[in-house]
Amino acid sequence: MSKTAQTDDGSVILDVRNLVTHFPVRSGVVKAVDDVSFTLHRGKTLCIVGESGSGKSVTARSILQIVDAPGRIVSGEIILHREDGTTTDLAGLNPRGKAIRQVRGRDIAMIFQEPMSSLSPVHTVGEQIMEVLRLHLKMDKAQARTRCIELLGQVEIPKPAEAIDRYTFEFSGGMRQRVMIAMALACNPHILIADEPTTALDVTTQAEIIDLIRRLQNDHGMAVIFITHDMGVVAEIADDVLVMFRGKVMEHGPVDQIFHAPKDDYTRMLIGSVLKLEEKAEIRLKRPPLDTTVEPVMTVKNLSMHFGSNLAVNDVSLHVLPGETLGIVGESGSGKTTMGRCLLRVYQPTAGEISYRRADGSMVDLVRADEGLLKDCRKEIRMIFQDPVGSLNPRMTVSQIIGEPLLVNHLCMGQELEERVVDLMEQVGLNPDWRERYPHAFSGGQRQRIGIARAIALNPRVVVADEATSALDVSLRSQMLDLMMNLQDKLNLSYVFISHDIGVIRYMCDRVAVMYKGKVVETGTADQVCNAPEHPYTQALLSAIPRPDPRARSMHKRHRYKV
Amino acid sequence: MSEAVLGPIENKQLAVASQWQLVWWAFKRHHLAMAGLYITAFLYLIALAPGFFATNDPSAQNGRAAYHPPQSLHFIDTAADGSWTIKPYIHASVLKRDPQTLAAIFTEDTSKKIYLQFLGSGYEYELFGLFKTRLHLLAAENTTQPIFIFGADRLGRCVYSRIIQGAQISLSVGLVGVLLSLTLGILIGGVSGYYGGRIDFVAQRAIEFVLALPTIPIWLALAAALPHDWPAVLNYFMITLILSLTGWAQLARVVRGRFLSLRTEEFVMAARLDGASEGRIIFRHMLPSFASHIIASITLAIPAMILAETSLSFLGLGLQPPSISWGVLLREAQNIRSIATAPWLFIPGGAVVLAVVALNFLGDGLRDAADPYNK
Repeated sequence: MSKTAQTDDGSVILDVRNLVTHFPVRSGVVKAVDDVSFTLHRGKTLCIVGESGSGKSVTARSILQIVDAPGRIVSGEIILHREDGTTTDLAGLNPRGKAIRQVRGRDIAMIFQEPMSSLSPVHTVGEQIMEVLRLHLKMDKAQARTRCIELLGQVEIPKPAEAIDRYTFEFSGGMRQRVMIAMALACNPHILIADEPTTALDVTTQAEIIDLIRRLQNDHGMAVIFITHDMGVVAEIADDVLVMFRGKVMEHGPVDQIFHAPKDDYTRMLIGSVLKLEEKAEIRLKRPPLDTTVEPVMTVKNLSMHFGSNLAVNDVSLHVLPGETLGIVGESGSGKTTMGRCLLRVYQPTAGEISYRRADGSMVDLVRADEGLLKDCRKEIRMIFQDPVGSLNPRMTVSQIIGEPLLVNHLCMGQELEERVVDLMEQVGLNPDWRERYPHAFSGGQRQRIGIARAIALNPRVVVADEATSALDVSLRSQMLDLMMNLQDKLNLSYVFISHDIGVIRYMCDRVAVMYKGKVVETGTADQVCNAPEHPYTQALLSAIPRPDPRARSMHKRHRYKV
Repeated sequence: MSEAVLGPIENKQLAVASQWQLVWWAFKRHHLAMAGLYITAFLYLIALAPGFFATNDPSAQNGRAAYHPPQSLHFIDTAADGSWTIKPYIHASVLKRDPQTLAAIFTEDTSKKIYLQFLGSGYEYELFGLFKTRLHLLAAENTTQPIFIFGADRLGRCVYSRIIQGAQISLSVGLVGVLLSLTLGILIGGVSGYYGGRIDFVAQRAIEFVLALPTIPIWLALAAALPHDWPAVLNYFMITLILSLTGWAQLARVVRGRFLSLRTEEFVMAARLDGASEGRIIFRHMLPSFASHIIASITLAIPAMILAETSLSFLGLGLQPPSISWGVLLREAQNIRSIATAPWLFIPGGAVVLAVVALNFLGDGLRDAADPYNK
């Protein structure tokens, strides 16, 4: 793939054999890593992919012996082959010993998901990188500083000589991740372990970071272990792929084989659910076309929302038709969540109007409605939240959570309420026998179904779904979207679907509005926006999304949006 | 991360476990806290019915028993022929006087046994302040015979019985005082945290002012200002009021912090969008989320109250005799003479230590178990 990789002859640099890592818990042990074996070759990229709980992070952490307590490596070998021919079994080293500390940072470096929490906020960027240099390479202060500026330059941080004296909070998420990479590269490691390094970043930033890692890999001839749950990223960068599920390796092979000739059922399912989100949903294709001549159920005109002097939503105008799904797509900070919350007047908009057409045809301006009217309208406009954990009160049973809107609005009580809850649970595909359980007994996908049941309990007309599938594993996403679409057709709902994930938008939305820095830059049908975007920002956004096909690597062709 | 590793929980019992059950399960694993719980429960049981546990009337003076040393309890009675039975007894003591100094010297007469019985009858007292009874856990068969398990004080009063009686006031001062602070703390902290803005600013400055007050001098001044001729009950309530006047500020801070962090939780926003009223949001959705934290804070605040009462009374500014509290009892041990001649007068201090340590263990355990969802 690269020049250096070829000159590096691709010999084995890391050989993991039968690795087993356990976490003792109250009810026994959790086999987080269960008999995992793989080899890593010089200059190559190995992607470890899997859904949450698959043990991919623990595998990576086991290599450096930084598994969180009480986890520990039970058995297996992790053999590091150095260039001078010596080998070390990392699994046999004392996790607190000198030998493993020599390996960390010097032979193997690691970068983490959260660039904020993995950097110290009370030291400048330079101090943190120079510490590594002085510890491992015994450089003096002046040498270390020169090298540090050089490293910051390599990771494309603008004005490295000034940036070196800045604190981490002065940088954006992407820049912090670059600092993290600079620190990892400080000692020219032979292996870089990247644990979901782009998950917390926007797609355009993700593309830059992936580009950077790839370029540095070529320059330095590093081997990279890249942990991710995003199959698009895997297709973009991997040479080899290791698919994990519940601590076990399901499949291990070259990237092309994994994507185009998967042998394992789980891999096939995983690839299948990713590919499904590359197209429009079957349910959508089967549905008769929407009547676009009817009056919109909600019309937003020149909506603005200030937080202090910060303009989060800037002069946004939209409309939602009955039965329609309007997608709002944008990166973090684009104001899409704030806009969605303004629709229910969680925040009081500072300007503009939101005209809502009630079932009887009367119009209400939600921005100026009084408390009583607002309360009535909120029965008809409901919200589904992003976080399936935080949006459900852990101290209430499922039946109490779903029944709460019915109860507080005095719609039904006692036996009637019970029956309605059972009915709602069946509608969202939950077993009604579980209604006395608490949210902690449910998985992420099931919890999101509870949230949906609560949203539709009042027979709403409009549902604002804020990143409703972002916290879910990819295999659950299309299921959840299918459920939402089925409910939409059955209950004649309008959705305002807020997401940063263009795949999800393409899958279920009729029309899309693209938001950038508080403004809507483009509105159009989903097909038009996803396939032939007009605005340069939308074009840049779409070109930065990695496609889940290793034969169609496109990131190098992407273009950047400059204001 | 560990939750992700664990995956969905299959266990049926866990699935339907409420918050309090989860807290209890987490608490039970904390052995020191469990010990603290048992001891605290036992101490409060004593405080509820001190008369039952006492052996002598705590106020009865006995001129012939001044500074009587502790008597050891024997449980196995050996007869002259070598056979034995389980029957508690003490040896009678004989008072002699030193011919030169005339100081009292008590010696055990091992030939005379005074038999005791469990659930025997002794002096008359009022159980729970409701009905009169003579039933005691341990009483001499001869009802007029005093038993000095922990010795006697200057006036010949039984130290053991006085400690038992003192538990009532000392432990309840903590409880009542904390309940008063709690009411103030939840009200002020809750309003401050829920509404925020200017109200929060004013409440915070008030809390800071109260926290900045040097507590001991303030207590002393306020306690000294109480008229000495007030009845004991009124005096007692004033002392608890004085103690809780400064105690509420810490609790108000805890409550405010909880409200602030919960206000932004999505489930609270969901409740608001469900149409729940403010009262319902606060009491149904937010309060249960930090009720366990508050209970833990209270448990940790009670020992501070107990210590404060003890200090005030020890200094002679808290409760006044004839009220009996541990602090009042410790006043007897204020001078060098006590240390020399009657070290058992310090035993009430032991009771204070036991209660404070047990409550602290209990509070620590509760605090660790308080939030079963964030592991």
